[in-house]
Amino acid sequence: MTTDTLVRDPASTVPLSRMDVSDPKLFQNDTIGSYFARLRREDPVHYCPESAYGPYWSVTKFNDIMQVEVNHQTFSSEAKIGGIAIQDMQTGEGALELEMFIAMDPPKHDAQRKAVSPAVAPSNLVLLEPIIRERAGLILDSLPIGEEIDWVDRVSVELTTMTLATLFDFPWEERRRLTRWSDVATATPETGVVSSWEQRREELLECAYYFKDLWDKRINESPKSDLISMMAHSPATRDMPFLEFLGNLMLLIVGGNDTTRNSISGGVLALNQNPAEYRKLMADPGLIPKMIPEIIRWQTPLTHMRRTALMDAEIGGKKIRKGDKVVMWYMSGNRDEEVIDRPDEFIIDRPNSRHHLSFGFGVHRCMGNRVAELQLRIIWEEILKRFSKVEVVGAPERTLSNFIHGFTHLPVKLHAH
Amino acid sequence: MPTVIFIEPDGAEYPIAVKNGTTARDAAVNNGVPGIDGDCGGECACATCHVHVDAAWIARTGMAEPGGMEANLLQFAEGSTENSRLACQITMTDDLDGLTLRIPDGQH
Ligand code: HEM
Ligand code: FES
Repeated sequence: MTTDTLVRDPASTVPLSRMDVSDPKLFQNDTIGSYFARLRREDPVHYCPESAYGPYWSVTKFNDIMQVEVNHQTFSSEAKIGGIAIQDMQTGEGALELEMFIAMDPPKHDAQRKAVSPAVAPSNLVLLEPIIRERAGLILDSLPIGEEIDWVDRVSVELTTMTLATLFDFPWEERRRLTRWSDVATATPETGVVSSWEQRREELLECAYYFKDLWDKRINESPKSDLISMMAHSPATRDMPFLEFLGNLMLLIVGGNDTTRNSISGGVLALNQNPAEYRKLMADPGLIPKMIPEIIRWQTPLTHMRRTALMDAEIGGKKIRKGDKVVMWYMSGNRDEEVIDRPDEFIIDRPNSRHHLSFGFGVHRCMGNRVAELQLRIIWEEILKRFSKVEVVGAPERTLSNFIHGFTHLPVKLHAH
Repeated sequence: MPTVIFIEPDGAEYPIAVKNGTTARDAAVNNGVPGIDGDCGGECACATCHVHVDAAWIARTGMAEPGGMEANLLQFAEGSTENSRLACQITMTDDLDGLTLRIPDGQH
């Protein structure tokens, strides 16, 4: 960057006191990085007194974020006092709030997580690997060679939906319903995904009845390795109140939907932007398992998680007051040069590549991280078998969101071996 | 230089001699023991360094303190038992020379 562009760059000219990194446009136009870089340098724990989401703290350094993550006694995830995103959780009229343990504190969080986690335990996942691999292969085989296609819609969404359908043993022909319900569960009327709270409520009830039906069927069949069957038969979950079951199920669907989808797209873009890394990968597909955590760091599919201070505290020398909103910007921590060597480079064989913030840490650390990694590994193995290159042939379009860091469109052309 | 011995689910053994004060997690990660990822860097924040302490050794390492962060994380780890510990919370000393830690089945 020349000094000339530095001078004109609003990230370096806006007074710190007015620096607000929550504007979704900064993420959509991909300029947010220089704002975070400045905060890490000049004001790593930054107070923004006024924003569309009210006053909030930004925590931007890796180790400060870690400190917030492990201190759940002070920094709460509880939905009723705001929840886990910079935007307070909606408790609006007719909102139909699903209870999810990602937005609960211990001990309630612990009991629920313990009940559900065996469903995504690695020993259970190995049983699903062959099916996921076969279905991924079918999706990739159906793509045209040498023609421009949208990687997001044709591949990332399709593969993620396929995996979810496999995890739940969801009726195959109706699998796009899962994607829809996931979108609806996280939607507010402002997003345009639903037109009113009423519509959201109706669609989620429809989802509820659909799953109730699946649950009733599975409970009467012998146990299988899909998540619904496991939950219907496990002593820890089989007597779970229905709304709780639904909340947990939605959490699994939502948690694994956009995040994995955008990791699939993000990986393709990163490799295209770093052709030497792409060549390294083609020369040695054995690097895939090392590359997956680097893709997840690079993309950081969730830009942040938020906490609410239950008591006065200190982070990085700043006084946080009881009730304050504290935003942990994973996207920034994942570029912190004090912890990550050459953080602005995408290096597929990075030593220590698992040391990133994208899955969070502490008791809320992503429960589906193994599912996500497994899915990405399989997908890349199958892509490399089939294509000499997935070439990005146009500008990516990014999601307008300060929470989900992803793509709405990524034009590519496939090259056969 | 105390030695810590990691035993994989398939029986493979990794004896590693380390300096006093090294954590069992660092011993494993620095020597590429499969199944110990240590994602958080040893901060007691991820549970990817979960091990089962051999019954003969648990009195000397002690158990995870009830209600502490280590116990909080262990309750969600696959195959967690009362002999479960996080390897990053075990610091090697001459007293622990020969410590035997088993990698839980399916951890990877
Ligand atoms: C690359 C993909 C993924 C990313 C980046 C990701 C990221 C995250 C993050 C940041 C958290 C919260 C951590 C915190 O609050 O400290 C989380 C929690 C969670 N994730 Fe994921 N996730 C991914 C994939 C998945 C998948 C595939 C599933 C389900 C199969 C899933 C299920 C969950 C659940 C259930 C929680 C709540 C855990 C708790 O509160 O104890 N995630 N994830
Ligand atoms: S290395 Fe993360 S808990 Fe031990």
